[in-house]
Amino acid sequence: MNEADIPTVLREELGNIAPEMDLQKLDPQADLREALDIDSMDFLNFVIAVHRRLGVEIPELDYPKLVTLGGAITYLEAKLGSGKR
Amino acid sequence: MPSLGADMEAGTLVEWLVKPGDRVKRGDIVAVVETQKGAIEIEIFDTGQIEQILVDLNSKVPVGTPLARIRTDLETAAGAATPTPVTPPPAVAIAAAPRASPPAPTAPTPIAAPLPQGPIVPAAGRRVPVSPAARRLAELRHVDPSAIAGSGPGGAVVRADVERSLGVTTPVPAERKRTIGLDLDAMRTAIAAAMARSKREIPHYYLQHQVDVTPCEQWIARANEARPPDSRLLMGALALRAVALAARNFTAFNGFYRDGSYEPAAAVHVGVAVAIRGGGLAAPALHDADRISLDEVMARMRDLVQRTRAGRIRSSEISDPTITVSSLGERGVEALYGIIYPPQVSLVGFGKIVARPWLVDGAIGPRSVLTITLAADHRVSDGHAGALFLADIGKRLQEPENL
Repeated sequence: MNEADIPTVLREELGNIAPEMDLQKLDPQADLREALDIDSMDFLNFVIAVHRRLGVEIPELDYPKLVTLGGAITYLEAKLGSGKR
Repeated sequence: MPSLGADMEAGTLVEWLVKPGDRVKRGDIVAVVETQKGAIEIEIFDTGQIEQILVDLNSKVPVGTPLARIRTDLETAAGAATPTPVTPPPAVAIAAAPRASPPAPTAPTPIAAPLPQGPIVPAAGRRVPVSPAARRLAELRHVDPSAIAGSGPGGAVVRADVERSLGVTTPVPAERKRTIGLDLDAMRTAIAAAMARSKREIPHYYLQHQVDVTPCEQWIARANEARPPDSRLLMGALALRAVALAARNFTAFNGFYRDGSYEPAAAVHVGVAVAIRGGGLAAPALHDADRISLDEVMARMRDLVQRTRAGRIRSSEISDPTITVSSLGERGVEALYGIIYPPQVSLVGFGKIVARPWLVDGAIGPRSVLTITLAADHRVSDGHAGALFLADIGKRLQEPENL
């Protein structure tokens, strides 16, 4: 993957799920499921999309690390960083 | 025009995907109809050749009106075998009747009941394409879209044209990006009509059952470990499959109550209640959920939810669920008491899974507990049978490997 901007990718994919929300105003520490009213199917679709676009393996056990925008950014940056080394 | 719900009186034909001469086979999507439930893709129920289109684009016609004529392969064969056919063999009218129903009526049955917003009478002579958004707005403001100059492709009337014709003095709320094809106000009206009818006509009884679903959760976690995200399973798929398998054996909960009598359904088409963002609900069918694998159920459920939220449901999905499943998912509360969608006779509700102290082999431990409820029609079944049905669903969830 080239240097795609992780926060931008995440915001785009969340925007596909919750188009009416202003994601620029989203609190990075808020639980996405509560803040965006997304269910387990939406969350799975989010994981599928992020996996496809960033090529990152996201085991189900790691889902709790992805429930906030801030957490997801930290998690994916670490994954992509370690993948390059 | 197929009936896409108990309370539908008319639909607007907004897109033809076939033209005369086209070959079609059973299950092909041939047209798109706009209803209170959004844009519905109309599937064809015969294999053959389209002979004639009978309903023009953007016409609103009552349920039962033939939309097109199709020459089925059988008729073509019969025609070829006849030495001197004086007239072409009769063609069958497609009224796209719901599955498992008697053949579509060949004569339209006009329905005289008034329509909620008054029918838009298509202007004679001039027929221009009108975008769904433009049509909705025009209908809302009682203007004839065909009387407006279109600026879209091929002279199509688009929303901006309708806005212009209404003048700038009326502010028009911006359309939600995701709800293209969905009119949430119309959907609310449809829900209100169906639910009011249900509460008026169906003597509901309710049962509740708490089940330890720790085995399911562990089984899903193991199964998903080795899977890429797009083939992972969700608890909802297991729940749906358990209901489908149980419904096959408990026939008093899977079928239709119509005209004073109950007809059990031969197939199990589970209506999946899907919440629409912004407030709305639809429960399209996942066909033959008892006969396909768990993986297939999961894949079709994901597809169904996405299409429903995007406003692309198919006609057979909206017209023929034989039982409904409604799940609250991971959030919310422990139990859901459903209202049966007529003419169905039962609804199985799944609440949020919660961690609870639970007795297992004589010792108390933390377990994941799911509350399952049944709303059933007392004209068809009694609490005793309902309890056995609900218990059977619970038992099946103890053996996820058999789902």
